[in-house]
Amino acid sequence: MVADPLIRVRGLVRVFGATRVLDGVDLDVAAGEAVALLGPNGAGKTTLLKIVATLLRPTRGTATVAGHDCAREPEAVRPLIGVVAHGVQVYDDLTARENLRFWATLSGLPADRDTLTQALAEVDLERHAQTRVRTFSAGMKRRLALARVGLARPRVLLLDEPFAALDARARKWLEGRLETFKAGGGALMMATHSFGRELGAADRLAILAGGRIALDTPRAALAPDDVQRLYAAHTEEAP
Amino acid sequence: MAWKDLLVERRSKETLNALLFFSLALLFVFQFALGPDRERLAAVLPGLLWLGFILSGMLGLGRVFLVERENDCWEGLLLAPGDKSAIYLGKLGGSLALMFVMEAIVLLLFALFFNLDLAPVLPGLALVIGLGTLGFAAIGTLFAAMTAQARARELLFPVLLLPVLVPVLLGTVKATEALLLREPLADVAHWLKLLVAADVVYLVAGLLTFDFILEG
Repeated sequence: MVADPLIRVRGLVRVFGATRVLDGVDLDVAAGEAVALLGPNGAGKTTLLKIVATLLRPTRGTATVAGHDCAREPEAVRPLIGVVAHGVQVYDDLTARENLRFWATLSGLPADRDTLTQALAEVDLERHAQTRVRTFSAGMKRRLALARVGLARPRVLLLDEPFAALDARARKWLEGRLETFKAGGGALMMATHSFGRELGAADRLAILAGGRIALDTPRAALAPDDVQRLYAAHTEEAP
Repeated sequence: MAWKDLLVERRSKETLNALLFFSLALLFVFQFALGPDRERLAAVLPGLLWLGFILSGMLGLGRVFLVERENDCWEGLLLAPGDKSAIYLGKLGGSLALMFVMEAIVLLLFALFFNLDLAPVLPGLALVIGLGTLGFAAIGTLFAAMTAQARARELLFPVLLLPVLVPVLLGTVKATEALLLREPLADVAHWLKLLVAADVVYLVAGLLTFDFILEG
């Protein structure tokens, strides 16, 4: 376990009806570290992310961000986190700049033109500032979502399938952004189904199976084949 | 929030167009059902006017939070730090603006369809409509948020809202009836007081409970 983690999960249990999706999950993520959550459909990756993101209450156990309990102190946790889930949380009928202005104003953040232009430039969308999001590709929407969460300079990023719908160039770009985020002392937790280059941003792999962390291991020492072999061994499912 | 909702509506025009078409259809139905009998018309006109406002308003309010389901924006609202009652007030502001536009058009059409001279009673009528709409929108926005995530929201929304709207309906219809009969505003003061009280109760309820409703 990490000495002073930004994200700390202990004995997390979440039950939906008769289904025990999480069954005693323990996981730490330190500042400057990225953990990739792997697991088959229904393994509980999104549920775990949602609990840390304060969007779901655990049945038992605790999840904390910078020492704040996600269930009991959501208002203390929310300014510290940035969440990009399956839905990108942008409005199709607003332009990219209007979307950022809306979310910045709602969160009490600076919403002046320069700040927003800078945020759009960081995700390579400044040329599309005045374009309605309805015309954006899925990858552009995802980049706009990253610009949205970046406005608040979060200490923790929670990403659900961050590389989904991105082309090779955008994937490479995102990988670079995530490395920069980690280098700035941020903690990153991302759920993924893939075994490709997105794992490059991860320092550790945590395989969820049967509601528990079946394997938590550093990634650096693992070749892609090793990851697939370990995944198959712990999930009884070929990747 | 109100700025965003009005901008989205200005570009999509989904709600306002649907409401105007619905109101027009409603007016045609009323016109055919009642015919030219002036006496019969005078007795039912205040009720019909508010029936038009309430039915159109319910259609509009029922859609207030649908835009937040787009791309999971609802979760974004939930995660935004700060006082959630600001979101409620923003949504309420957007709804009120939309409803006032719709009501102004319906009122104009009503005057044309039923050959009414509303000019002498317009200030009083504006006050009654303003108070009634505020109460209607205040509780309607809250219930729209409550039912937005429900599967049977189209059914639940009117079923929950209509009983709670009784004081507003009573106050507005009675006050409108008196005004159309050219009675002075002072004679309907008790109905106006009821409307003010309902507005205050609904607004306070909205401000105090919206956070819990948003959190689910």
